[in-house]
Amino acid sequence: MNARVVIIIGAVLLSFGAQRCNGQEVSRSSAWTRTTISGQGQPKGYVQFENYCSMCHGPGPGQPGTMALQAKYKGAEPALLADRTDLNGAVIKAYVRNGISIMPIFRKTEISDANLDLIAEYLTRNNKK
Amino acid sequence: MKLPPGVSASDFAAALEKFAAVVGKEWVFSSQDDVDLYRDSYSPLWHEEDERVPSAAVAPDGVEQIQAIVKIANTYKIPLWTISTGKNLAYGGSSPALSGSVILDLKRMNRILEVNDKNHYALVEPGVSYFDLYHYIQDHKLNVWIDPPDPGWGSPMGNSLERGGGRTPMRDHFASVCGMEIVLANGEVIRTGMGALPESKTWQQYKYGFGPYVDGMFSQSNFGIVTKIGIWLMPSPEAYRDGVVSVPKHDDLIPFVDTLSFLIDSSVVRGTMLLDSPLLSYRASQGGSVLDMPGGPTVAETEKLGQEKGLPYWSMELHFWGPPNVIDAQWEYAKEKFSAIPGATFKDGRYYHFPMEVKDTDAVPWVALGIPSLSVFGLIAGGNGHMDFSPIIPMQAEAVFEVLSAFGKAYADLGIEPKNQFFSLPWCFFPHSFVLLFGFPIAHDVEKNRESRRAFQRLVEVAAEHGWGEYRTHVAFMDAVSNVYSFNNHALRRLHERVKDAIDPNGILSPGKSGIWPKRLRQQRA
Repeated sequence: MNARVVIIIGAVLLSFGAQRCNGQEVSRSSAWTRTTISGQGQPKGYVQFENYCSMCHGPGPGQPGTMALQAKYKGAEPALLADRTDLNGAVIKAYVRNGISIMPIFRKTEISDANLDLIAEYLTRNNKK
Repeated sequence: MKLPPGVSASDFAAALEKFAAVVGKEWVFSSQDDVDLYRDSYSPLWHEEDERVPSAAVAPDGVEQIQAIVKIANTYKIPLWTISTGKNLAYGGSSPALSGSVILDLKRMNRILEVNDKNHYALVEPGVSYFDLYHYIQDHKLNVWIDPPDPGWGSPMGNSLERGGGRTPMRDHFASVCGMEIVLANGEVIRTGMGALPESKTWQQYKYGFGPYVDGMFSQSNFGIVTKIGIWLMPSPEAYRDGVVSVPKHDDLIPFVDTLSFLIDSSVVRGTMLLDSPLLSYRASQGGSVLDMPGGPTVAETEKLGQEKGLPYWSMELHFWGPPNVIDAQWEYAKEKFSAIPGATFKDGRYYHFPMEVKDTDAVPWVALGIPSLSVFGLIAGGNGHMDFSPIIPMQAEAVFEVLSAFGKAYADLGIEPKNQFFSLPWCFFPHSFVLLFGFPIAHDVEKNRESRRAFQRLVEVAAEHGWGEYRTHVAFMDAVSNVYSFNNHALRRLHERVKDAIDPNGILSPGKSGIWPKRLRQQRA
């Protein structure tokens, strides 16, 4: 289980704009944000990946993104994006902005360029330098 | 880039500049790369001239900004196509009905204004997703459930206004709406129901207010921009259980559906159920079809196959939510009623007491447990998406029989193999009726999409000939569906358009939505 920290996010607090999540700023204007995921002890971009990607590319049952990658690579590469060590940041961004297979296009009001940069950084963190 | 019809390049540029002054430059999207993000990923017109594409997008962060945008749009006659989360996939995604429209993207307005777990409701803005609302409720340990549709990334507002359906007893989403705030085309803000009373304490607790009840006018419509919506929720139940009822023979469906209808309308059985046919599914898996194709096996032959394989003709999983002693009694009562059908069999299913523990290997019906998910996309492998054909039919066995033969014949006439299409037997997303769901595969392949569109158009017509009409449709087919709702020379559509012309004289709000065209653009009707 991921450690979670409950942050009270009433309408009043939300209206103050960007909120800090353990030093990782989660942009107020990029919605669909699980504000309760803690980035504590986690690499940069983890929070954004959890917020925007994990409901399709996370572990566990009923994850179409994970299932699709399992079917594609048949174990030759990890089905979990977060476990990959061979991803290319530019390609990740191209998939998010163009869609692939049944994964649709994501707009900038959903995932901002800044958050997409962080997601790409997170998914390439273990690449061999 | 496609400009809005009748708008000059200089007026368009001036309007965008004024939009930017309202929302900030970074929230007006006009480069081709940015505008392309609003294409419908599941468009049946992908790569074709007629693909519905916008000219630009503007993303406000508040009611006042929307009011200012509407004033500018009136000045320059700019059509604004409103989206909330833009996840209306299979029905158009974030793309407009009229190419050249400017998308009014309300995703940034994502405030959860209130969740009340004593009277069980929420008040939310357009950009709040089912995931957002679910996590908010979990984090605050509130004793309410939401009712997500199968894909949970859309918004309670958008799905309710599109009259979508979920799985729990709160499945009829528009029926759960209580109170709206709306910006009209002239920039005026109204609140419906009890919200019209300035000091109202019951905006989300009583729907109707005083005088005519207008909320329905703002569903599947282009009469206003809804900026806040009240949604009724369900108290967290103590337990959930399900069980399967099966009957062996074709004609058993007649008493089966009568019993089902009685149990649903008596509130003994609640939530969304799907009629299943293990026998017809088997027939389809052997190269046949769920539909009755002309020249295909007869009922007697199919029943014989069922006897050989030990497969029931019809079955249905029933779901129960509530205190254990109540849901146990409901299941027992349902079994008693269905037992009147000779050969009926019953199978106990899942049983969860909340809070529940889940193993990774459990086949958990997430959505029926009020937990948003995207797992439905795991069922739609291949291609680039799908679009849905979803007519309402009577909750009667005779209608189901008629559907199987009418659509079987339609596919045969079209020369299309129905096995390549996703087709389900009826669902009960709504009380008192069934809805069918046909999923047409969408590919980024012009020829395949042409075939899907041809079939779609024909199915709309065949359905209408039988007295069945769609509950909702893709932006590319709004005119086609509107055209068959034609009683008394389209009297209802003419009323819609008289209202449209009266309250939106410049026709700036979502032209073409549900086949409603403003006077200025009425020649666009297909």
